[in-house]
Amino acid sequence: MNITRRVLNCKVIYPSSLFNSRGRFCTSQSTRMSRHTNSKRIEGLNKNVWVVFTAMTSDPSIVNLGQGKPDIPPPSYVKEALAKAASVDDLSQYTRGFGHPCLVKALSQVYGKVCGRQIDPFKEILVTVGGYGSLFSTMQGLVDEGDEVIIIEPFFDCYLPMVKMAGAKPVLIPLRVKSGKKTLTGADWFLDPNELASKFSSKTKAIILNTPNNPIGKVFTREELQMIADLCIKHDTLCISDEVYEWLVYKGHQHIKIATLPGMWDRTITIGSGGKTFSVTGWKLGWSIGPEHLIKHLQTVMQNSLYTCPTPLQEALAQGLLHNFDLMGQPECYFSSLSEELEVKRDRLAAVLQEVGMTPIIPEGGYFMLVDVTSLNQDLSHMADDDEAYDWKFVRWMIKEKKLAAIPVTAFVGDESKKQFEKYIRFCFIKQDGTLDAAEHILKNWSQI
Amino acid sequence: MARRIRAHLAEDDDVWCELGHLSAEYQTVNLGLGFPDFAPPDFVREAFSDAVNGPPRMHQYTRSVGHRPLVESLARFFSRLMGHQIDPQGEVVVTVGAYHALFCTIQALVEEGDEVIIVEPFFDCYQSMVHLSGGKSVPVPLRQKSGGCASLSGDWVLSPEELESKFSSLTKAIVINNPNNPLGKVYTREELQMIADLCIKYDVICISDEVYEWLTYDGAQHVRIASLPGMWERTVTIGSAGKTFSATGWKVGWAISQGQIMKFIRAVQQISVSDCPTAAQEAVARGFQREYEVFGTAQSYFLQLPALLQTKRDNLASTLEEMGLKPILPQGGYFMIVDISSFKVELNDRGSEDQPYDSRFVKWMIKEKGLSAIPVSLFYSRQHKKDFDKYIRLCFIKEDSTLEAAQDILKKLDQ
Repeated sequence: MNITRRVLNCKVIYPSSLFNSRGRFCTSQSTRMSRHTNSKRIEGLNKNVWVVFTAMTSDPSIVNLGQGKPDIPPPSYVKEALAKAASVDDLSQYTRGFGHPCLVKALSQVYGKVCGRQIDPFKEILVTVGGYGSLFSTMQGLVDEGDEVIIIEPFFDCYLPMVKMAGAKPVLIPLRVKSGKKTLTGADWFLDPNELASKFSSKTKAIILNTPNNPIGKVFTREELQMIADLCIKHDTLCISDEVYEWLVYKGHQHIKIATLPGMWDRTITIGSGGKTFSVTGWKLGWSIGPEHLIKHLQTVMQNSLYTCPTPLQEALAQGLLHNFDLMGQPECYFSSLSEELEVKRDRLAAVLQEVGMTPIIPEGGYFMLVDVTSLNQDLSHMADDDEAYDWKFVRWMIKEKKLAAIPVTAFVGDESKKQFEKYIRFCFIKQDGTLDAAEHILKNWSQI
Repeated sequence: MARRIRAHLAEDDDVWCELGHLSAEYQTVNLGLGFPDFAPPDFVREAFSDAVNGPPRMHQYTRSVGHRPLVESLARFFSRLMGHQIDPQGEVVVTVGAYHALFCTIQALVEEGDEVIIVEPFFDCYQSMVHLSGGKSVPVPLRQKSGGCASLSGDWVLSPEELESKFSSLTKAIVINNPNNPLGKVYTREELQMIADLCIKYDVICISDEVYEWLTYDGAQHVRIASLPGMWERTVTIGSAGKTFSATGWKVGWAISQGQIMKFIRAVQQISVSDCPTAAQEAVARGFQREYEVFGTAQSYFLQLPALLQTKRDNLASTLEEMGLKPILPQGGYFMIVDISSFKVELNDRGSEDQPYDSRFVKWMIKEKGLSAIPVSLFYSRQHKKDFDKYIRLCFIKEDSTLEAAQDILKKLDQ
């Protein structure tokens, strides 16, 4: 069990100095800590794969294809826009709580065009601290204690604790893989329609959709989205559509917004990310777009949690969006040029993995690749902690022995699906060529190093 | 909507909105907005610029609970002021502004059935956040002490008996804001000791919002309640880079507390944002590193800013007194409240008589005089609004040109 979870579940711990020589607990007024413990809403919610792996990969000699953090530079005009914004007096002070005016207007323009509808910048958009902040505001604003929320596995790990913190019950459904194929892609993973339908009940408040999916890289087709939409409409359920990787879609595939399907705009919150769009994850700006009657509740959460997002970052992001709005459809547009750049890296990494006998799942979108390590037959029985899933052990071993980091995929599934996914690890390929060269070297020399 | 936000919805949200729209419509000289209209100091602006133009990692995720250089500089800076060796790894969390630190702290600790004592007048979000967590807010007002000087913020005090009567077995926490917004009171050591004694006696956590910690005047000393005996273990101290460096738009804040409480606060920070923007944290870290080197010297922004503001405070107070308005001179912070009870004016707002007087006065002043302020009753609980509806709040962290324009209007207020 993760150490931080164990500690968080403990009641107050008293320092040993408070015990006298007979081992009796003494409470001198000056050193007694409070008996108070955490609120129930965060009980058991501290397990965080990122905290654990950041600590394990702090050694700079480790080739880190783990966390989804680009090491390629962002486009220069975006950095320049931030440098410029940082020097403007007004932009050093608070801006509009629900989103800096020029940013919400830019978002309204871009997404108005993409969705083919007028989007009110002030009533139908909320700017948040990353896509993460949008997920949180949505959950807190719309999901109640006693609700059920359907989550598709594998899922970005924060969905589960956020649903629980809202007091709701997560209802999990795994993507399943078509059998009998030699080369697998994201498209070979699917939701069983009957299984999905069985997960809806009168208590279902929402389903969370992530397309392109992290970690598999599946891009849901129109037919698949229609199936989900039909169920949402039938059961009067909301759809929380996490589309942070929307621009990273590879040849032959198209990102479709479920909110544009008939009957879906009024029940969908669509989430986007400046960090993923412009390779600036450290800016932590995202947005929620949806109908006013839903967005206003997210805005209320915002007003009572952090009030407003940083001004200069929002200004710079707006400039980046407007710059690319003008270029949409052209090769220089970052919304398409980044995916072209990444497709090359995707193909390169996949080829190397196949060469060494691993089985990559070729993603149709996003910048992660799932890899099945079964065929390596790596014996990890010497590693302590029998409870730990195979992929966690494999990744720990790989970091230590091979100096290559990935993320274990069971971090993205519920307990019941762990067996199904424990032979997969996730690599991130939004990395510069030097990083991928180093990874390639380690992989090609796998049996020697 | 989720029941949690329906239950809590702040009653006064509409008033804040209305005042904001009116101020824009009438293009007022705005002493209502509670933030500077001038730039942050050059050294932090340069630090931000350097960070933005720095290595690629300045634009990618940093350490989730707080950028390493920032938590280290905060720990180093505040250890000597809190009398405790703060562990940067385990006792500091960085948040998106102090507002978010308050949210994370209250969500981490307060739930249905809990009571939270809030000293009035209070920054209005404290009450909303407590209600959002399902807790019950228990207000206790600062009152002018008998025989004291009505025009000094230091003479607004808590009655020890009244304060103690608010503690019960259900009390989870008390929220204090020192220096106080809107009053500008700076609590003395003895006053903080009284609060501390009660926290220890009733085993209550103290949430101490100290965002205006550097802004004290007339020699008043800011004392950190966490530094009092027995209080480190039960205090969460909240700070703000926005207020510290006049850069509110950067939205960098922090909470400092002992490790066990900090774990709970971090859990909420992780679920709500998971990470704060990198470049701004780097800039604030460098700001604190610089201030550490010049602490206590004439180059310290933490001495220069209060000196600058004291002059602005005094000029504004003089003009108000000349006009028969009664300012309550703040010992700290950058707000001043003004007693308008003896200022006779025809408000011409038939139909609004049931609204708090200060609200009506502020709307009149916006529409008829082109000057914005904030009605102080917005900083009180529903129980006590009526007792404190004869004050307006003015913000004086403004350029001299703004304050001069305000003073020109004030000089003609009775015409």
